[in-house]
Amino acid sequence: MTARRLASGGLIDRTKVLRFRFDGRDYTGHPGDTLASALLASGVRIMGRSFKYHRPRGVWGAWFDDPGAIFNVALNGIELPNCPATTTPLIDGMEARAVNAWPSAERDIKGALDLFHRVLPAGFYYKTFMWPDWHLFEPSIRKMAGLGSVDGQTLEGFQTDQIHAHCDLLVVGGGLAGLAAARAAAEAGQHVVMVEDHPETGGSAYQLAQIEGQSPERWVADTVDAINVAGGEVITNATAYGVYDHQLVAIAQDRGFGFAPRLIRMRATKCLLASGALDRPLTFANNDRPGVMSLSGAVEFLSRYGVLVGDQVVVMASHCLAHSQIESLEAAGVRLRVIDPGTDLPRALSGKYLSALEIRGDLHPCDTILTSAGLTPVLHLWSHAGGKLIWDETFATFLPGTGPDWIEVIGAAAGTFDADDALAEARAKACGGPAPSRRYSYSATPPEAHLGSRHRQWIDLQHDVTLDDIELAARENYVSVEHLKRYTTLGMASDQGKTSNIAGLSAMAALQGKSIPEVGTTTFRPPFVPIPLELYHGAHRTQQNRPLKRLPLEPQHRAANAALGEYGGWLRPGWYGGGDPQVEVQREALQARETAGIFDASPLGKIEVMGPDAEAFVNFVYYNAFNTLKPGHIRYGFMLTEQGVVYDDGVITRIDENRFIISCSSSHVDGVYAHLEAWRQDGNDPDRIFVHDTTQNWATLALTGPKARAILSKVDLGIDLSNNAFPHMQMRTGTFERYPVRVARVSFTGDTSFEISVRADAAVTLWDALSCHANPIGTEAISILRAEKGYLIIGKDTDGESMPHDLGFGASRTKKSAAFVGDRGLHTEKANGPNRKRLVGFEVSDGAAPLPTGAHVVTHSDGKQITRGFVSSSYQSPNLNRPIALGLVDQRIPEGTQVELFHLGKYLTATLCAACVFDPEGERLHAE
Amino acid sequence: MQRFPCPFCGLRDEREFHYAGELGKTRPATFTKVSDKEWRDYLYAYRNEKGAAEEVWVHLTCREMFVMCRDTVTMEVIETRALRKEVSS
Repeated sequence: MTARRLASGGLIDRTKVLRFRFDGRDYTGHPGDTLASALLASGVRIMGRSFKYHRPRGVWGAWFDDPGAIFNVALNGIELPNCPATTTPLIDGMEARAVNAWPSAERDIKGALDLFHRVLPAGFYYKTFMWPDWHLFEPSIRKMAGLGSVDGQTLEGFQTDQIHAHCDLLVVGGGLAGLAAARAAAEAGQHVVMVEDHPETGGSAYQLAQIEGQSPERWVADTVDAINVAGGEVITNATAYGVYDHQLVAIAQDRGFGFAPRLIRMRATKCLLASGALDRPLTFANNDRPGVMSLSGAVEFLSRYGVLVGDQVVVMASHCLAHSQIESLEAAGVRLRVIDPGTDLPRALSGKYLSALEIRGDLHPCDTILTSAGLTPVLHLWSHAGGKLIWDETFATFLPGTGPDWIEVIGAAAGTFDADDALAEARAKACGGPAPSRRYSYSATPPEAHLGSRHRQWIDLQHDVTLDDIELAARENYVSVEHLKRYTTLGMASDQGKTSNIAGLSAMAALQGKSIPEVGTTTFRPPFVPIPLELYHGAHRTQQNRPLKRLPLEPQHRAANAALGEYGGWLRPGWYGGGDPQVEVQREALQARETAGIFDASPLGKIEVMGPDAEAFVNFVYYNAFNTLKPGHIRYGFMLTEQGVVYDDGVITRIDENRFIISCSSSHVDGVYAHLEAWRQDGNDPDRIFVHDTTQNWATLALTGPKARAILSKVDLGIDLSNNAFPHMQMRTGTFERYPVRVARVSFTGDTSFEISVRADAAVTLWDALSCHANPIGTEAISILRAEKGYLIIGKDTDGESMPHDLGFGASRTKKSAAFVGDRGLHTEKANGPNRKRLVGFEVSDGAAPLPTGAHVVTHSDGKQITRGFVSSSYQSPNLNRPIALGLVDQRIPEGTQVELFHLGKYLTATLCAACVFDPEGERLHAE
Repeated sequence: MQRFPCPFCGLRDEREFHYAGELGKTRPATFTKVSDKEWRDYLYAYRNEKGAAEEVWVHLTCREMFVMCRDTVTMEVIETRALRKEVSS
């Protein structure tokens, strides 16, 4: 046992004991512990295995900078992969396993891989798996790659919410500088939000003996109280992980183990970045051994968790502020020796555990080696925001350079490492003042990289990148930092190079004899810490993403045993009766032709276009002429894109001189409305046209069939329904009960039909009045009835090239007397080419099954099979008692031709015919 | 995520908006002869300016189309104004 828990000190609650398991063994910890601190306190050193060589790994840092200890953690049936041990708060009953090790981190069977490290250098995959083909090896390599695995059970209910928030000042980081700045700004009247990623605020404050004459605990508590009293908001367990365009700061707020974090989209007028600094690792021989740790990390384990990381410690630190950290470790009872490596290469010696540090031939027995080659400000978010990094020779690190004026860096992140300096700077900047000059100076002199050594010196601990690998990359001319990163995978581990970045850069600089700023740095990109994808997903799923539109008559449909399904965004009855779907649909289609059927047509568009320019406008946005339409009359029309392609079809009713109702396809209402608004506002005088969508204000029931007139006449509407008084394609208004009613004589079935529209809240009354005389029919039966007549469904029986003349509506193209949307598109070479596909019907031989929808009409030429069109709709027609189908087929193949069809490897035959196969003369439409 | 100021509703998140094309596209008088090139340019040829660009956007929640002058390099919004004034004048 090397590390141990002290009897006092830290933020943990020693009165309570939490039990947990790691790699199959029982351990205990206390509330306030992380998994890592509890394991360290229990004397566990090996907490993971590295990604490539499966080398044993301990913890390097005490928070998000640790690359080594990554666990699968299970609790109450929920198992989450890739939980960093240093940032996962300990909960009673947790069962943790090291992710990249089996059966345990301590005895990992793949540990033998390390013996082959000489044949597994950087770029190993790229060089080895070239022949005969990378794709041969890819599946098994991909299986070996990656850490941890997610099971579906865990993702069930793993759902997050997203919050949009605003503030005057966002303070990122609740350490000394952040707390002081938040308090000063809040007390000056600003709306302040401070986010801190630890469960408690204070940052590295607990490493100090006193702050402004108070204990750190007292000072932090007082400051948080003062922030709250002044109206500021402190959010803990929340990591600001990315800065995006227009001052958006993304914050992930932890909601406890097993719950997806919450996303706070924070818009701050100003942002102060107080994200602190990390130790830069010292690169030396065998520096990846468990027990080699960050000096700050060790002090953090002591001050936060009351854990002494070692008993006999060697410290190698090359900056001037290390002495106070060394003193606090000594005060806690560590036997400690400080060594200055100078220009010599130290080497860690270890059996199973660290035994000594060798330098200049001397052996220094130790169980722990603490290093710091200088302090590295955490400037990821500064970089996201577009801030520049400048190299400072004295500090031997990157400091914030120029950047956008809404964000500023304070405290250790700005290189203000002294507590008193940081407090003064934070208070000044919080109120918009300039930073006072620092009273304490800082300098670091990190040792040069020892090149050409036969010992392995580690740069990236998680991805096993050594100095050797960087030398190899340089030899092979991968000298640009961006190439170096991708070739060696340096900094591409889950810690994203928080510790390895500077070490790698300095190695590359030494190799090339350049300075670090000449070598450059890679780009920091969000997220700063690993973020579950669920965070971005949020509530944007299924019903919350695209809510179903519901019919006012849904309860009545349900009472009639409707099979409800989604049709074009609406929840609609597919068929009724609750029996076998095939049987019910055929029954309904037959009934509608023999007697009558009621169809809920409420989703049909009812977009009103009004105003003095309404006539010209409707005439312009439709293919067909509407300036000649008389009030009370209805006309069918196509809406085109400017390319001339049919976007929608509908019936347009002229109510009076300056008022039209556009009844577009149910699924296209939103698109048609947007299309109309676009042309109204951009290209017309919007003061002379008004477009208003009333689709959901009206309920529409369609009564169709030979008995439709007889049934409707049983309801008193005050409308003469006779054929002479009320011919096809006209509209009448009347009164139903006490409600105004519109009756349109239009038909999607080919039989006499009336569409009766009333206020949505009168729908039930109308339904009750009609449904006692006729049975309802669903959307599926309507599809058959319209197909028998060759009536189109746009988007089903047309595709992205279909133009009106392909569908039998060629007249307006040449005859219309005004410009209209899509007109020029109908006169291109392509629009008039010989190989256009036109709408046709298909007949199959007696006894054959319906054609599969999507089957292709094929011909053969030069041994190749060529598609000439396809089947778009196909049904069994109960009225003709045979299969029918519609499709788009090359116009050069005439009707009457027997064609070959290809579908999923099988060949079929059919004969092309007219699209309309039922009542081609249209007598039923005008029947008495 | 970016924020755009709707001239009618104020500053809102980008997902409430939809791009509707470059400002200044005039539909050719199609009732007269329009060459293939003229028609192609109207439909597909965009100025695609680097720097300040004038665009038409629609604020989906209030359905108003408006003009936005935007720097296509820095994403800075320079100005927004109502579209209707330009048409009416």
